[in-house]
Order: sequence, then C-alpha cells, then structure tokens
Amino acid sequence: MSQETDGNTASARTVERMQVPQWRHRHVLDVDDLSRDEIETVMETTDAMSEVLAREVKRVPTLRGKTVVTMFYEASTRTKASFEMAAKNLSADVVSFASSGSSVEKGESLIDTLRTLEALGADAIIIRHRESGAPYVAARHVGASIINAGDGWHAHPSQALLDLYTLRQRFGKVEGLRVVILGDILHSRVARSNIWSLTTMGADVVLCGPTTLLPQLPCRETPLPGDLLPPVEVQPDIERALIGADVVMPLRLQLERQHAGLLPSIREYTRMYRLTEERLALARETAVVMHPGPINEGVEIAPGVAYGSRSVIQKQVSAGVAVRMALLYLVIGGRAR
Amino acid sequence: MTEKIIMTADDIRRAMVRIAHEMVERNRGAEKLLLVGMHTRGVPLANRLASIIEGFEGKTVPNGILDIGLYRDDLASRGLTPHIHRTEIPVDIAGRYVVLVDDVLYTGRSIRAAMDALFDLGRPEKIQLAVLIDRGHRELPVRADYVGKNIPTSRNEEVQVRMKELDGKDEVVLISPDSGQAANGKP
Repeated sequence: MSQETDGNTASARTVERMQVPQWRHRHVLDVDDLSRDEIETVMETTDAMSEVLAREVKRVPTLRGKTVVTMFYEASTRTKASFEMAAKNLSADVVSFASSGSSVEKGESLIDTLRTLEALGADAIIIRHRESGAPYVAARHVGASIINAGDGWHAHPSQALLDLYTLRQRFGKVEGLRVVILGDILHSRVARSNIWSLTTMGADVVLCGPTTLLPQLPCRETPLPGDLLPPVEVQPDIERALIGADVVMPLRLQLERQHAGLLPSIREYTRMYRLTEERLALARETAVVMHPGPINEGVEIAPGVAYGSRSVIQKQVSAGVAVRMALLYLVIGGRAR
Repeated sequence: MTEKIIMTADDIRRAMVRIAHEMVERNRGAEKLLLVGMHTRGVPLANRLASIIEGFEGKTVPNGILDIGLYRDDLASRGLTPHIHRTEIPVDIAGRYVVLVDDVLYTGRSIRAAMDALFDLGRPEKIQLAVLIDRGHRELPVRADYVGKNIPTSRNEEVQVRMKELDGKDEVVLISPDSGQAANGKP
C-alpha cells in the first residue's frame, strides 16, 4: 500500500504467477477445500481489495446488480458487519437476516429459508449456524453461492484466511513461522480452520491448552494415515509452547465450559493459560498476538497484551473486510445468474 | 493457425521512441505526465516509455499499474473470474496528464473500464491513450492519441504482443485461422 515513491516504483516489477488457474469453487465452505495455489489466489485478490480500501471512496462496481444475503443463526458483530461492508464496497445489494425476528421463529427449516432467499434473488448467501455442516447442506440444496461464516465447532474459513493475510502483511510469508494457538481448541472452529490453512502454507502449528480442551489426537499404537491429519504439535504446558513463538493466538474461553465440567474453574484456567506480558516475553522479540474476537478481557488474555504494541488484533479486523471482498469476488464475480 | 510477424523487436523499439517523443511534444514537456500501464502488457510498455523519456528529457516520469478486473462490463457474460492484481499509482492523480498505456486497442471496452477506474482514484487533468497496436473494430467511441502501428484485422484473427520481460522476446504477431479452416473453403 505505501510505497517508497521514487516516482518509478512500477519499473522493477514483473508479473508474478502468470499461469493462474481459473477459480473453480462455487462456495466457500472451509479452507481444507483450497489448495496452496488457491489460497495464494485469495491472498493476491485480497491485496487488490486492500488497495480499494485505501482510497477515499472505498467502492468499485464489480458486483453491481448482484444480491448478497447474510443469514446469521448465531450472534456476531464483526463477521456480519465485515461481510456486509465487503459486499457494499463491491456495489452489491445487501440484505441481512438474523434468525430471531424471521420465520425461523415459526419453525421454518434451513433449506426452506435458503430456497426462499434464492427465489428472492440472492446470488450469494453468507451463513452462520450453530450446527456443524449446515452450510454443506445448504450448498447441496440451493444454486446460490454459499459462504460459511462459521458452522458449529467445525469451520470459519474467512477468519482463517484473514488471519493468514494479517500474518503475510507482517511477516511476508507464513512458511516456517511457529504459531501457537492457545485455549479451547476443542470447541473452536477458528482453531480448526486456522490449523488447516496454516499447515497448508507451511507454518509450524502448536496447540496449547488444558488437556480437556484439546482434540484427542490418535496415539502411536493406532495411527491414522498421515494425510488425514495436518501435522501439529500438542503442548499442554504454556511456557514450553510459547518459547520461540512467532505468533500467539489465544482463543476466547466460553464461560459455559466451566459448567460442562471441563474446567475446575475459570480462575484456574486464567492462572494457568492466560496470555500475560510475562508469558509473552517467552516468545520471540518479533512475535505478534492475534485474537479472533470478541475478547474476554482478563480471562484468556491480559488487557495490556490485547491492546499492546505486539497486538495485531485491529489489523485482523481491517484485513477481514478485504478478505471477504476477495471471497465474494471470486465466487460470484464472474457468474451469470 | 498461421502466425505472421508484423513487428520485430527493432520495429517495436523505434515505435516506442517515436511515441515517447510525441508524448512529450504534445504535452509540452514531461512535468505533469503520469504513465499508467494497463495490466498485463501495458505495464512493461509504460516502464519502457518512462525510461526513454528519462533518457532524452532528463526527467523521471511517475509510472503506475492499473488492473481493470474490478471494472469490466463483461465479467458475467464471459463466465470468467479474471485474476485481480493490485492497482498501484505512486502519486496523486489530481492535476496530472495521465497517459494510459496498453498493448492492443480493439473494442475499446478495456479503456472505458480504465477510465472508470481512474475517475474513482481522483480527478486527472487529462487522460490520453498510448497503444502499441490499434487493430480496429471499436465498439465504443474511444481513440488512441499515440499509436505504434495500425493493423487492420478481421474478428477471427488475434494480435499477440510479446515482450521480453514477460514472454522472453519482443515481437508482435498476427494469428489467423488457416484458409482451409474457413467454412466453405474460401481463403
């Protein structure tokens, strides 16, 4: 975005990746559907969108005449607003639904709701749902493009992609970075999608948290074929996990977990796993702190860290609009209805 | 398909030098110029023009890249999702004489899209167009200010501009279907 303006900045550049294959995904359901090359395409498209967002008038006519509908069965601030702004910046018409206040309250099914939206003219439907797999059901039953804004514990692809973009902006590339995901991994769709995208792009991923909140990976006696699982390191000891980390990503601790008996108390969790300044000091000098939001201040992360100089949390939010513009362009930019 | 070379590397070089001189002459100097190369092959052309101008005027002309992928009117009908590259214009457009640089001028739709993009970026004082090849068949009222070579073509032919920076060598070729491929055998 900001260049050394010697007045001739374009001269040294050549065109990278000339043979870019045509985008072939109608939906965005999870990052594990994307190859490394395809993730690169999303990143490069996001670069172009970032330039649009740096303008005074943040609008291009690309999706003029297209309709984007958001259908959120679960609460959201940043994801919902981010998708809506992304669609508007591309000149699409945006209609937003939350399940409360809609006919879902009368018992209308997911498929009927989506078919109705499609019949009303939706080209893309952005869905957040508490059941894992809901967007996949949607994709099988409607012709519109489905973008998963978070399904149950399963996936949150646009979050993983914006996290990846944020890291690329900071570090240039993600390959070889030590990324520590910290907290309730088991219930986190953000963690799952990030694990896929980060390992695909060559980062070293470390999962750290109480063993009750870590996924059960198979033990050596009954190994699964290597390609079914991404290679991750599991390290329940926070100090060992953080040594040499380039990126620390604490996850929001949902306070309900204590009631489910997975934690002795929130207080004990924060004592053992809260990301404090002292613990962050174990990471590398150049390390950054990320968080998908919303933050439980003082629970999984100390406020000094969340708002400190190593935090890129706000950058994640800005990256979110650019990434979502890129995804909308890629899935509905070229399609005639 | 037959390929005929219509400009050699030397032809291209001479045309570029002539265009560079015309540009500076017509604009009475290089001070307010801003070259904007249209992705893909307009970019190396714009770079070369900037170097040539620097060579004889002693002035550095700012040089940007424009990708019109977000402004095309034909996205939906072509069913394509072209790869979008970042647009980078290093200086403010306001008050500048912008010269759009592209390899081939054909229907004029790309230039229309480029102008829409430029207006979203600011208010240039002037917009001019420099192309290496004008192949005719305009569908919009667009014309080039500076032309390397005019080549009358038919719609089933293709003009390919190859550049050292991207394709390994400089040449312009005209690709025509073989006469035996025409429906009724007429050449």
